[in-house]
Amino acid sequence: MTISIDPQDSNTKSLQPKGWLRYFSFSLDHKVIGIQYLVCGFLFYLIGGTLASAIRIELASPMSDFMPRDVYNQVLTLHGTIMIFLWIVPVVNGAFGNYLIPFYVGARDMAFPRLNAVAFWLIPPSGLMLVASYFVEGAAQAGWTAYPPLSITTPQSGQIIWIMSVLLLGGSSIFGGINFIATIIKLRRPGLKLMQLPMYCWAMLGTSLLVVLSTPVLAGTLILLSFDIVAHTGFFNPVLGGNVVVYQHLFWFYSHPAVYIMVLPAFGLVSEILPVHSRKPLFGYTTMVFSIMGIVVLGLVVWAHHMFTSGTPPWMRLFFTIATAFIAVPTGIKFFNWVATLWGGKISINSAMLFSCGFIINFVFGGITGVALAQVPFDIHVHDTYFVVAHFHYIVYGGTVFIIFSSIYHWFPKVTGKLMSEKLGILHFAITFIGFNLCFAPQHWLGLNGMPRRVAEYDPQFQFVNQISSLGALLMAISTIPFLVNIFLSIKNGKDSGDNPWNALTPEWLTSSPPPVENWEGEAPLVEEPYGYGKPISQEN
Amino acid sequence: MTTLDSSKEIKKNDSDVSEHHEDFRMFGLITFLIADGMTFAGFFAAYLTYKAVNPLPDGAIYELELPIPTLNTILLLVSSATFHKAGKALLKNKNSDTQKWLIVTALLGITFLICQLFEYFNLPFGLTDNLFASTFYALTGFHGLHVTLGTLMILIISWQTRPKEGIITNQNMFPLEAVELYWHFVDGIWVILFIILYLL
Repeated sequence: MTISIDPQDSNTKSLQPKGWLRYFSFSLDHKVIGIQYLVCGFLFYLIGGTLASAIRIELASPMSDFMPRDVYNQVLTLHGTIMIFLWIVPVVNGAFGNYLIPFYVGARDMAFPRLNAVAFWLIPPSGLMLVASYFVEGAAQAGWTAYPPLSITTPQSGQIIWIMSVLLLGGSSIFGGINFIATIIKLRRPGLKLMQLPMYCWAMLGTSLLVVLSTPVLAGTLILLSFDIVAHTGFFNPVLGGNVVVYQHLFWFYSHPAVYIMVLPAFGLVSEILPVHSRKPLFGYTTMVFSIMGIVVLGLVVWAHHMFTSGTPPWMRLFFTIATAFIAVPTGIKFFNWVATLWGGKISINSAMLFSCGFIINFVFGGITGVALAQVPFDIHVHDTYFVVAHFHYIVYGGTVFIIFSSIYHWFPKVTGKLMSEKLGILHFAITFIGFNLCFAPQHWLGLNGMPRRVAEYDPQFQFVNQISSLGALLMAISTIPFLVNIFLSIKNGKDSGDNPWNALTPEWLTSSPPPVENWEGEAPLVEEPYGYGKPISQEN
Repeated sequence: MTTLDSSKEIKKNDSDVSEHHEDFRMFGLITFLIADGMTFAGFFAAYLTYKAVNPLPDGAIYELELPIPTLNTILLLVSSATFHKAGKALLKNKNSDTQKWLIVTALLGITFLICQLFEYFNLPFGLTDNLFASTFYALTGFHGLHVTLGTLMILIISWQTRPKEGIITNQNMFPLEAVELYWHFVDGIWVILFIILYLL
């Protein structure tokens, strides 16, 4: 039961391979683990993106001519599961969290380095297992929500592999969450107060609380579901006297907070990027902190707004509508704070900044449709239509994935010591932004006109708009090319960035780029004002 | 493996202030137990919802007898006390006493599991008979899994507290404290489970 609380363990250090090989090892260095998360997540993003392209090719015509309908269901399920559990959650939490949090709290590593490595190494096998389930008897077909009785009646082996995979990923997520909470609360450099932490720490603290409180409920639910499938119990099987709505409640008790698990870290990251590139302090630090915690508390009590058509009683509808509408308040506060941070700043237009601004624009759209969806009469009208698909992708792609790209452009010099090509970066942003909006904006219209989601075939009257959407998806697929070219060219012959190319004040930039193994050569610097830009006496040169 | 003690040495040798921290392993364990408790909370919520909205079908049998679970409750409560005794003995540096109390605790845990199995075999319903039967087995089984793991860990630490060669001593109490907290947690969950499943 001895857990190393000291990363400088001399035995383990000598076992670590040097150079690029260490990215394939059971490394305990938080920076290596962060990169492992990022690269692994990106590979799964490419798989999930290929599946998304297959979906859009299928939907370019009203009939199911590109693939059989059951294969379409499998592709759709894998797309959702991979993108959520293998790309966004691990990258926006695991990758950036592991890389940045120890710097931000002034530590040399995470609180539990071994647990951290275990949490990462659970991901590749479970991801491969999930993808490989396609070759067994067909992958799961019940969507990423796995609602019974559909998940009980569709072919079983794929569904069981899906459950095992999600359980492992959930375990990884919980281990990560415990580690982040312990690191932020207990591993802070002496003298560093909670209210002096960079905003991403607060975002990760809130996210990790949600992970710890809600992910275990999903795990329990999936265990019960697997009993229903394997042992023929009747927890969620109405034929055997079970109750499907109980599954929905338990599932959404995790999966609504999961949306915040995907989006809150992005809120934190954008709060780091905007002040640096607009040379202004983050506007309204205290209100930002309280709105994150407000979102955490409210995020736990809004789950039934996914279930307005599941026979929810009127009092429940009323409560969950009001609670959901309330979430718009802290989110709105954060949004205005970001705009106020930009206001009057000395803004440099670069790839990181463009993606962050793209995030702000897309997120307003997703936020507005979210408030609309919270209203019961409207929700019943558009439930299970493409309107929901559009809303969700505006939050998760237009929001979080834009921030993931923004963060990659922002922290690439930190990790490699090289600058990325701005020309290719701006090209990447332009194609992504146009492609994304072309793909998902028309889906609002499709949903309002009644096109159901998750079906391979549709009414021919929707064909033209679907083709516009598919064109957008094609652009999004193409946008990956300049990004990948940029990454490889910059690693190979990028310009030397120096230690602090953005003149940033947050602690990770106050060491060399790339950082040494234990983050600082000497003592960790005490950064009392991570956003102290534009003051007469500052560390800016 | 580095333990807390060696990190204290580092603090002595190194002037770097960012090196020394209080022991946060217990904090991590508590966070984990909160997560674990949420799994049980989900199960309890499901069971209570079933009770409220799903009627027992005609002819279905779901009856529980009180004697065995009451005995089990007493067993676990006593085992928490004996574990506490073990910790007290270790504080006084009496490792052999600690070991004795830990083995008593483990035996109480094993007795609990045997009683639980005895109850399973004598119940008039099986896992798939009806919704409540399934929920009963899932909840008690999941708890039983926790007791099994706890008993195994107690046996391991009782081996590790053996006098002279054992690694758990007065100076290195964390493994014992961690398992003790886990055991109290499992005990507490059982009390809630007993109230919800048997008494309500």
